[in-house]
Amino acid sequence: MTTPAPVPALVIEGLTVALPSWSDRRHAVEDLTLEIARNEILCVVGESGSGKSVMAKSILRLLPGPHVRVTGGRILFQGNDILALNDSAMRALRGSAISMIFQEPMTALNPLMTVGRQTDEVFDVHTELDATARRQRVMALFEDVQLPEPERLYNSYPHELSGGQRQRVMIAMALALEPALIIADEPTTALDVTTQAQILRLLKDLQRRHGTAVLFITHDFGVVSEIADRVAVMRQGKLVEVGTVEGVLKSPQADYTRALVDAVPSLIPRHVATAAAPDPILQVDGLSKTYGGRSGLFGMRGRAVRAVDQITLEVGRGRSLAVVGESGSGKSTLARCIIGLETADVGSVRLDGQTISGLSRAEMRPLRQHIQMVFQDPFASLNPRHKVGDIIALGPVIQGVAKSAAWEEARNLLRLVGLQPEAVDRYPHEFSGGQRQRIGIARALAVKPKLIIADEPVSALDVSVQKQVLELLDDLRLKLGLSMLFITHDLRVAAHVCEDVVVMSNGVIVERGPTAEIFASPKHQYTKALLDAVPGKSWLGGARGATADFSISPAVAN
Amino acid sequence: MKSFQQRFFGDIRVIAGLSWLLFVLVFAVFAPFLAPGDPFAIVDKPFIKPFEGYGLGTDSLGRNLYGGLAHGARATLFIAVLGTVAAAAFGTLVGAVAGFYGGVIDACLMRITEFFQTIPSFLFAIVLVAILSPSVPSVVIAIATVSWPPIARVVRGEVLSVKQREYVLAAVIAGQKDLSILVQQVLPNTLSPLIVTSSLLVATAILVESALSFLGLGAPNVMSWGFMIGSGRQFLRDAWWLVTIPGVVILVTVMSINLVGEALNDALNPRLAAL
Amino acid sequence: MLQAVPVIIGVMVLCFLLLQLAPGDLAMVLAGEAGGAPPGFIEALRTRYGLDQPVYVQLFYYMKNVLMLDLGFSFRHNQSVLSLLLGRLGPTLLLMGSTLFLSLALGIIAGLLASLWVGTWKDYVISLTAIIAYATPLFWVGLMLILAFSIKLDLFPTSGMEDVVAFNEGFARVADIAHHLVLPSITLSLFYLALYARLMRATMLEQRGLDYVTTARAKGVAERQITTRHMLRNALLPVLTMAGVQVGGLLGGSVVVESVFAWPGLGQLAFEALFSRDFNLLLGIFFMSACLVVVVNIVVDILYVLLDPRIKVA
Repeated sequence: MTTPAPVPALVIEGLTVALPSWSDRRHAVEDLTLEIARNEILCVVGESGSGKSVMAKSILRLLPGPHVRVTGGRILFQGNDILALNDSAMRALRGSAISMIFQEPMTALNPLMTVGRQTDEVFDVHTELDATARRQRVMALFEDVQLPEPERLYNSYPHELSGGQRQRVMIAMALALEPALIIADEPTTALDVTTQAQILRLLKDLQRRHGTAVLFITHDFGVVSEIADRVAVMRQGKLVEVGTVEGVLKSPQADYTRALVDAVPSLIPRHVATAAAPDPILQVDGLSKTYGGRSGLFGMRGRAVRAVDQITLEVGRGRSLAVVGESGSGKSTLARCIIGLETADVGSVRLDGQTISGLSRAEMRPLRQHIQMVFQDPFASLNPRHKVGDIIALGPVIQGVAKSAAWEEARNLLRLVGLQPEAVDRYPHEFSGGQRQRIGIARALAVKPKLIIADEPVSALDVSVQKQVLELLDDLRLKLGLSMLFITHDLRVAAHVCEDVVVMSNGVIVERGPTAEIFASPKHQYTKALLDAVPGKSWLGGARGATADFSISPAVAN
Repeated sequence: MKSFQQRFFGDIRVIAGLSWLLFVLVFAVFAPFLAPGDPFAIVDKPFIKPFEGYGLGTDSLGRNLYGGLAHGARATLFIAVLGTVAAAAFGTLVGAVAGFYGGVIDACLMRITEFFQTIPSFLFAIVLVAILSPSVPSVVIAIATVSWPPIARVVRGEVLSVKQREYVLAAVIAGQKDLSILVQQVLPNTLSPLIVTSSLLVATAILVESALSFLGLGAPNVMSWGFMIGSGRQFLRDAWWLVTIPGVVILVTVMSINLVGEALNDALNPRLAAL
Repeated sequence: MLQAVPVIIGVMVLCFLLLQLAPGDLAMVLAGEAGGAPPGFIEALRTRYGLDQPVYVQLFYYMKNVLMLDLGFSFRHNQSVLSLLLGRLGPTLLLMGSTLFLSLALGIIAGLLASLWVGTWKDYVISLTAIIAYATPLFWVGLMLILAFSIKLDLFPTSGMEDVVAFNEGFARVADIAHHLVLPSITLSLFYLALYARLMRATMLEQRGLDYVTTARAKGVAERQITTRHMLRNALLPVLTMAGVQVGGLLGGSVVVESVFAWPGLGQLAFEALFSRDFNLLLGIFFMSACLVVVVNIVVDILYVLLDPRIKVA
């Protein structure tokens, strides 16, 4: 498609960034050499700890010194070594010739200054324009990044904008002075998938129109396939592979790249629902939950938010149902209401025919062994002061199992989830994120539940670990005949582990059915938008089909 | 990364602070042996200058200044620590219940806590001691009454954040009872801010105790540092050391506690300290 | 602002409870134990406060009286408590206002400078001074300042608010009061100055690591402007919150400082009431101080709304 332009916009030569003496690695970036051509988008992909963000920050010399600092190499921009510039020359470069977009637009903007004023500051610092001219330029920029009502937005504060609007403001700021290079550090990671798709489209469009070079940092190969001209893969501070997007995605050279690409969950449903629907193990009927709005003690009054609105759904015995939705859709509240962490306002929940909603804690206790949960954050889901054995054995001990027997069972469970049985005597902090998530799964299995609710169990994990955990969950489910309610924001993950899917938006279910059917022909507008927004969908669904090792259902092969 | 012990005991603030506190503690514990006799007893003529007799001289009534300081260490530390322990116990109870149960209970308890934080606390302590009539228990009660709100707020904040963590939810799902969850899952993970806040409150308690004693609201017949300054203030012009020496002792003690408390905080939260 | 009402009610209930705690008959306490009120007056008090009726009725009578600003009569001073309080309010407000200004202004500047010079010897000097000031008993600072500046150097008067026998008028009187004000307000400021300086320094250092500062830096904004335009306002918010919380403590401190400098304010009145065991007067001072704290907190809330666009007026 695009061949590297003859004149590079930026050349990184042998860049080495040292980490402080107390960290477990000596270098965040080690001897990295990379070129970004004019008018191209270069994606730098890597998992957490790959040094990709540190590399990006060192270009603008924004490293959190004095501990993290560049110790070797050159960064050539327009023939000059950026690392050798004096402070005022560096400042002149920042925001005008090279600008940057950050991951979390909420914290990246000053909360006490209007967004108009913050954008204006770029012109104020770098140009001689008067106030009126600057204001006109800001308005033009806001229109350029498709912000609604620029006049009103100019005087708004960051908290009054949506996440997508805030990121548009950041992009406007980055574009203000037509920089030669824009560094975008995971600019869509904090956004919902539909917003992400819009921002990616906007970035690509602006990049083409202005002919800017973009260095785009991401962890998501889907995003890469949407936006990149070329890709560089980083691992533990070193460059693994660099090439065109097609080359790297279709025929990766390095083993690591291949493993990473393979680990991206496909959009092609892996499980096809068998014709006959089995009897339901979980029945949710007309469940609603409203937050706030009550006039509480001392007249506190909040806006009522209907988090979950009249939800009715069923999970078939031995089946796995995905609840898919963006942030604020109410999917997590639904999960909490079902398992009794929250009390629903109305509606009933039946597990295997037995009503479990509206029970007291004591009445619920014997039923706990039938329904368990796997949590999102592997670093918050295990008590740091308890041994792994105690963590896993807690449920069985409460159900009346002798402690020694429960510990023995914990050892077996650890073996089952792929860990050493000796792990029972260790503490959570000795394990990695993926290993902790395995411990969390073992804990859920300890009481031999019929149903497991998994609340975004892989969204905090790196893609390669994510794949392993998903496969473990899937294997265990089939092996142990479990049923599963799987909460996720990621359609690709849903496709990987669930036969059925419901799509939630603003507290209501907008569409439901077998995963394969819905993915093949979504009926509801929102489902269509959601599927459309999946980063790299054409690559995942089509081009990559050839390398995918999953069975492809005939219904969606086209 | 260095271990907690290395970070804590390698800190110059801790070395300096703990050395002084240890010194004071020795006097507090062994006062009857290091300065035998009644600190109120008249031993010689008044206004003997420091280093000219009895170590640090005598006060306006001819009482031994050194003996007063030694016994004062005992009284001041005892009252301050006791008051803080009472405040920590009560504050933890209020904070833990408010944070854990939330809702109306939380709203009520926090309004009460805020109320006690808003009212002029030292003035309240004065009124309380005056009405209860000055004695060791009433001073301890006064100190506890004015010190518990910060503890309650810190504990509540921690409990609120810890109880949202998924391991607590996991315990709920496992069917653990509320009290067990609070004691086994939540409270152990709120200990470090509680310890830091309490240690800093001991310093405040010493200041409150000495101010009360200075105003003549200390326990009668108990020698304390604040009382020594209060009884020496009339003679500021002629015998400045009667005020200066106990004041320096209070200052250095309070400062030592603050230094150790802050170093403890930094050692427990190494990431913040790196800033 | 709405919380002002429950606080005032709470203070009244607390005062009533304290009165109940006082040893002896409530009427005697209200009249002032050593006051020597006529017996007929005590009988009148009994009926007015409903002392023969249940406690909650007594509370009701008490609150009614307080709300109508009838705080009782002090026989020791032979004046109504209210007029005593109002007479002493001015000097306390003067001391409080100058202390607030001094401690906030100097504290913010010192903290700001320390954060800009972080890690240098200047930072160490400021931080060490703050740590020492933070640990010093107020009354002792007062005595030491008197010793140094009044007794040894004879620069400032040792006590009082003005030279009464000089009969100064106009500007001369203002200058005289200002001259008397210097030592008490420095004494009372020192602790709070240290507190705000430490808080300001810590907040500035915390802000320095936040994302929006990196954004500003990536825009090419100079460090000085990052500090003045971006960080300063963000860092002021916690200091302002703390200032609101500390007003109560400030009033408590003024009892000690006023008694050291014989400053004729509420604090000194409280000190006198303590020794005449005039509990009713003491409670009146407590009530008045609590009201003052509420007023200052309302001001702080308003300032907060002005400074922080995220907070809306309730």
